[in-house]
Amino acid sequence: MKVFFSFIKKEFWHVLRDKRSMIILVGLPIMMILLYGFALSNEVKNSTVAILDNAQDEASHLLTDRFEHSQYFSVVQYLHNEKEIEEVFEKGKARLVVIFPQNFSDGLAHSRAGQVRLIGDASDPNTANIVINYASAIIRDYQAELIDNQALPYSIKVETRMLYNPQLLSTFNFVPGVMTLILMLLGAMMTSVSIVKEKENGTMEILLVSPMRPIFVVISKAIPYMVLCFVDVLIILVMAYTVLDMPMRGNLALLLAESLLFILTTLSLGLLISAVVNSQQVAMFISLVGLLMPSLIFSGFMFPIENMPLPMQIISNIVPTKWYYSIVKSIMVKGLDFSYVYKQTAILAGMTLFFMALAIKKFKVRLE
Amino acid sequence: MNAVLVDNIVKTYDKGKILALNKVSFEVKQGELFGLIGADGAGKTTMFRILTTLLIPNSGRAEVLGLDVVKGIWEIRKMVGYMPGKFSLYQDLSITENLRFFATVFNTTFEKNQHLIEDIYVQLAPFKDRLAGKLSGGMKQKLALCCALIHEPKILFLDEPTTGVDPVSRKEFWDMLDRLKARGITIVVSTPYMDEAERCDRIALIQKGNILDIDTLQGILSKHKKTLFAVRSEQMFRLLNNLRQFELTESCFIFGEFLHLSLKNGEADVAATKAFLIANNHQNLVFKPVLPNIEDAFIELMEDNHHAK
Amino acid sequence: MQNNNIVIETHELTRRFGDFTAVDAITFKVSAGEIFGFLGANGAGKTTAMRILCGLLSPTSGKARVAGYDVYTESELIKKQIGYMSQKFSLYENLTVKENIQFFGGIYGIERRELKEKTAELIDRLGLHNESNKLVGSLPLGWKQKISFSTAILHRPQIVFLDEPTGGVDPITRRQFWDMIYETADSGITIFVTTHYMDEAEYCNRVSIMVDGAIAALDTPAGLKNTFNTNSMDGVFLQLARGAKRSE
Repeated sequence: MKVFFSFIKKEFWHVLRDKRSMIILVGLPIMMILLYGFALSNEVKNSTVAILDNAQDEASHLLTDRFEHSQYFSVVQYLHNEKEIEEVFEKGKARLVVIFPQNFSDGLAHSRAGQVRLIGDASDPNTANIVINYASAIIRDYQAELIDNQALPYSIKVETRMLYNPQLLSTFNFVPGVMTLILMLLGAMMTSVSIVKEKENGTMEILLVSPMRPIFVVISKAIPYMVLCFVDVLIILVMAYTVLDMPMRGNLALLLAESLLFILTTLSLGLLISAVVNSQQVAMFISLVGLLMPSLIFSGFMFPIENMPLPMQIISNIVPTKWYYSIVKSIMVKGLDFSYVYKQTAILAGMTLFFMALAIKKFKVRLE
Repeated sequence: MNAVLVDNIVKTYDKGKILALNKVSFEVKQGELFGLIGADGAGKTTMFRILTTLLIPNSGRAEVLGLDVVKGIWEIRKMVGYMPGKFSLYQDLSITENLRFFATVFNTTFEKNQHLIEDIYVQLAPFKDRLAGKLSGGMKQKLALCCALIHEPKILFLDEPTTGVDPVSRKEFWDMLDRLKARGITIVVSTPYMDEAERCDRIALIQKGNILDIDTLQGILSKHKKTLFAVRSEQMFRLLNNLRQFELTESCFIFGEFLHLSLKNGEADVAATKAFLIANNHQNLVFKPVLPNIEDAFIELMEDNHHAK
Repeated sequence: MQNNNIVIETHELTRRFGDFTAVDAITFKVSAGEIFGFLGANGAGKTTAMRILCGLLSPTSGKARVAGYDVYTESELIKKQIGYMSQKFSLYENLTVKENIQFFGGIYGIERRELKEKTAELIDRLGLHNESNKLVGSLPLGWKQKISFSTAILHRPQIVFLDEPTGGVDPITRRQFWDMIYETADSGITIFVTTHYMDEAEYCNRVSIMVDGAIAALDTPAGLKNTFNTNSMDGVFLQLARGAKRSE
């Protein structure tokens, strides 16, 4: 046991003294969260909007006011005639133009047919869609209030509710996604690279020619990375909570336990890689292309798996990240308990055992 | 019992395409300082890896301290000290951290065994907190030796420990090996430097997986059959060309400041050769018999081996 | 063998890095066609001095002319007049023999047609017809060395710098290699060998030994052995380097 601890101590020295790996281990999750929080968001905040108010009456002013006070929009310009619309778009001043017809209030009051036109800049179709949706939502809200106040007998109310994420915040996808990818990358890559480094330096040869069983050598190399990956999970959760205002709906202990299981999965993948390759470059390449790429594609984080052709949907089942991503979302976002994720957990545990067994089997007590 | 017994070992790589060791046999006695001398690619490292249980030979038998290298893997690993050729320690750990680590790997402690390495460690002690990566070549090599010695091995395998190290450090290193030998540790060491042969009790000359000869240095030199002459003049390259074309010349090579010449009929041809060189207008001619050195012997053995095939 | 054509000349050549004097006022001359050994322990300043002479590094003070050009102002011209070969880096393992020769000839500015002729001639001279389209990585070390040396002198430089050229090869290959070096020197190209292998030093016409940045001795190998009353260059070196204060 003493030998084992001295090994782990040495591994910590290696990691803590290597500035580059420390930057990657601690900096990467922080950077990803910050980047997302402030720059890469798919959410549209403070979208520029221009308003052409041909009505200038009570209703149009009220609605304009709502646009001005929405966190999603900032009104940049008031237009005076239709000709200016084209100019606004050409100069890129606004993503959306809202046009109120003449006699907007009257129309609403008498024929209940207020007509608002929304014109979006669809040169960026995704954003245009989102912006139009937000704007429609604002107008629908206003309309609903009007109808409520008048209490008309035959009004049909269509209510759409987005479950779990009523504001459709992409944070809810992003945080579990980042957690999955970072653990996959760091767990597998850092572990395999650090073991293969010993092969390159010739120190592995000495460790092999020692009474210590080689599998201990390798497992003790994985332990510091297990600890550090776990620290990364904590960093991401804390940052998600504080910086991105993401709530934690489920059981935190359950989430941490599941994360630990997934860290074990990635470490065993790392061990497997290190058992079969002999150079740091190859280890890094396999981790990036062989693990990170499929994780990006098949986890469901970037591309919805339901939309994929059947063969790809089948393939996605063997990608461990898919199961962990689903577990994290279930616990964090939906607030579900273990009875809802036991299936994914079982699959992940099975995979871990399989990879670990394979790594141990592949690991050689000799050089070939 | 011999410390090492190697009997007809064959080892190939790449599914038999590369023959690394070709029926190699030798023995190392207890307490002997045994040198394996040969160029890069001769098979030295392969031999060490077989003896340290890192590789399994294709055929043949090898024993270390009476234990079979295949079956006795875990017993052998407890008893040997090994310094691989490309071994570079943990560059990001300090001298003491490296030593402590390797001590625990072998189930002992630095404190308990410090006396074993005391005379080498005193030279390292002033820098004990310096990272291994910041040490000079000679210091690294001393630290590596300490790490290989810390668990009191009965036998040491040192693969090219002096490669790339300057002459002063090389000499100090061999002095250290002498002291270890005096304590009764068997040492098997490999080197590409022919001149280090004189520091070994016995040597095996190895070339392309074949053992050319095994003997003491004197034994190998005394087998050298030809009389050698050292020749020099003002114009060395012309001298070389003249001598190579000369009908009585058996072989002629540059060696250091001299040419090493062997004549077909030895001493009998000396007068004729001198006359030939003077006729060719060589100034300040030096022509003297010289004792063959290990390189001459190696070359002769290489050529014999080549012809034998 | 030697004529009075001086190809390397330094006077009090000095290079400092901060307050560390890597090269300390070295003065020496090398003649055309000479095989000059440049020895020293690790950290003695060999590499720095050689980099200055190759035009890769500027000196702090002192004078040096290489191939007739000043190291301060004409380093680009110097580079055209020198060749370089090291044991560590010599050829691209994943290019064929022919491709390597053409690549290195190309970077030294040999014209295309001339390069083609020279390549064919070189392959002919080395007897590598069957191997010319093989990858260099698959050849034995001795052959790589010969090809590497030949490419370093393909553009007929005035001086060729060899950095530990024969470490780790068998004695026959080494002797063949020194045959080539002697032949090259005989054709008038100066050979500048840096090494800490004393057996390589024995082959040089003259040898300088650097200790702590300064030249501690400079003579023929026989002269040095005489002066230090020992029978090998190893002995000479040990006496000189024992007093050295610094290492790497």
